[in-house]
Amino acid sequence: MNIHEYQGKTLLRENNVAVLEGVHCTTVDQALSAYDSLGSKVVAVKSQIHAGGRGKGTLYHPETREHVMDGGVKIAFSRDEVESYATNILGNVLVTIQTGDQGKLVSNLYIEAGCDIAHEYYLALLVDRDNKSVLIMASTEGGMDIEDVAHNTPELIHKVVVDPNAGLLGFQKRDLGMSLGLSGAALKSFGKMLTNMYTMFVREDCAMVEINPLVRTGADEIVALDSKISFDENAEFRHKKWDDLRDLSEEEDVEIRAKETGLSYVKLDGNIGCLVNGAGLAMATMDVIKLYGGEPANFLDVGGGANEEQVKTAFSIILEDPNVKGILVNIFGGIMRCDIIARGVIAATEALSLEVPLVVRLAGTNVDEGKKILAASTLNIHPADDLAEGAKKIVALIGGDE
Amino acid sequence: MSIWIEEDAKVLVQGITGKQGMFHADKMVEYGTNIVGGCTPGKGGQTVELQGKQFPVWHSMTEAIKATDADATVIYVPPPFAAEAIMEAADAFDYIKGEGVIVCITEGIPTLDMVKAVAYVENRPGVRLIGPNCPGIITPGENGGAKIGIMPGHIHAKGRIGIVSKSGTLTYEAVAQTMSIHEGQSTCIGIGGDPVNGTGFIDCLAAFETDPQTEAIIMIGEIGGNAEQEAAAWAAENVSKPIVGFVAGATAPPGKRMGHAGAIISGGKGTAEEKFEAFRAAGIACAMDPSELGKVLLESLKAAGLR
Repeated sequence: MNIHEYQGKTLLRENNVAVLEGVHCTTVDQALSAYDSLGSKVVAVKSQIHAGGRGKGTLYHPETREHVMDGGVKIAFSRDEVESYATNILGNVLVTIQTGDQGKLVSNLYIEAGCDIAHEYYLALLVDRDNKSVLIMASTEGGMDIEDVAHNTPELIHKVVVDPNAGLLGFQKRDLGMSLGLSGAALKSFGKMLTNMYTMFVREDCAMVEINPLVRTGADEIVALDSKISFDENAEFRHKKWDDLRDLSEEEDVEIRAKETGLSYVKLDGNIGCLVNGAGLAMATMDVIKLYGGEPANFLDVGGGANEEQVKTAFSIILEDPNVKGILVNIFGGIMRCDIIARGVIAATEALSLEVPLVVRLAGTNVDEGKKILAASTLNIHPADDLAEGAKKIVALIGGDE
Repeated sequence: MSIWIEEDAKVLVQGITGKQGMFHADKMVEYGTNIVGGCTPGKGGQTVELQGKQFPVWHSMTEAIKATDADATVIYVPPPFAAEAIMEAADAFDYIKGEGVIVCITEGIPTLDMVKAVAYVENRPGVRLIGPNCPGIITPGENGGAKIGIMPGHIHAKGRIGIVSKSGTLTYEAVAQTMSIHEGQSTCIGIGGDPVNGTGFIDCLAAFETDPQTEAIIMIGEIGGNAEQEAAAWAAENVSKPIVGFVAGATAPPGKRMGHAGAIISGGKGTAEEKFEAFRAAGIACAMDPSELGKVLLESLKAAGLR
């Protein structure tokens, strides 16, 4: 789960990590009074969306798609500039390298005081799969695309792995700070900041905290100028306040509804809907559709113990996508019995008066009974014995429609 | 032989009095698994009925292992308490026997809880953790066998193919594929799709390599991380038995989590293409479609003079 920069800054502030003064706004008027209240001549006017590359992004009108302004993060030197930038940002669509061509509608703005920057660094904390521990990465190349830095000059990225039993140790903070060329007051400030950030990472169940740039000010203070924070969804049960931080407009509405009914759904661009049990098999089903010349319209895992109702919901979610021209059901029954799935499929196709071709592949527990139920139905359901046959059939069926 | 779990292994069930725990404990007994009881704190002294027989419940894993000399435990404890259940089992196995296998089925354990639990288990070298978020491990026997997890037992048969996979249902698919060419399985292990887990691909490959019953291996990966690439590189140097591989997620878009917490392509890393390439470079025979795993396995067996 991702949160906005302004929410991340509040969290950092609460955890005693230095950030600049700033105000979250949703209107141009609020942006202007924020400028007045900050008392800083120079301010940053920052679009708030869940995607990186905002500074180099481009703003477009949401309907006409007319070009509005280059750059989703602007430095304003006057009240008039704040007004003009805020007007250009709010209510328009920001396209960055991470948003895709459709971009994201900007409804939130962050007005932040300026600061005296001596140097920009990169800092990130994340759970490293290889070391099975929290990894801290830092670089002197702040403000840059870190993947480019990692690719071109990997020696400029410094890493520390935190032992979960020992926690973050003093020498690790010193080593990391010194590898960034810090000394004296700045090194001390860096160490204090790192302790607080690591404590926050663990306490708040973060998945990733990325600060790019982290800056050293002229007064040798270490300040987080940006914040990109995401949480581990598995830990939601112990963080009630995440409900308030979640920006549902940033998430696909249908993906949220799927999650509420215990389904895992991701929309894709193709035209063959899939309904599968198990995440690995669901991915493999998409892959095989593609292998035999089709394009999957979605990833959908109904989980290990789906009932008739969930199968019905799954069908209706798949059919909401107007691109769907056919559906492939692929179930390997373990705990889930094929006869129950077969009944669910029939009930759903009847209730939704399904018009697109449907191919059903069943295997595993009670497969013969399941196949009998499907065969006895008068509905237009095409059976398949294995995944490849199922994929080939559905590709052929939708091809024939055109 | 088989790996880690013998056909007659004595198995405890943590969370045996819960709905999931009881349902699957019953299925395991039905399959022939030697279940010796269970553990639910606060319910010690009770018994649960599985397949018409009574099984004892203990308060703690220490009591349960002392009383039963169990070899393994399987965890069906809800996510908020699962990491602690792993650590309790690890501590008890280490203290009482110096060894034991912990299979954690639970899905949705917070990642930082697993960071702690995995470090705890790794400090107890005789203890092995499989999972979490996995179907478990099964060693099919002549009659029944040891099914420790949630996989459908009846699709398996004893044989010479070792299977290791990140995914549940895709493992069943692989099992069905071996059966389609009249081959059974030595041991099948689901290592789980979480970013931080216990036993990994390399542990399984190493064990299959030394297991005399296993003559060929199926390895199934998915997008995210680089465990598959590392395992392939390791296998190229250390595994003499034929390996057949598949990786799920070739069509997954970057930056989107595909069901499993660990199945995500981030920063352009962990793609299926990368993993297939690593497999091929290591001499692993790849199936591009899981329905062809049987065919590719048969070819590999023939090439190795095993058919």
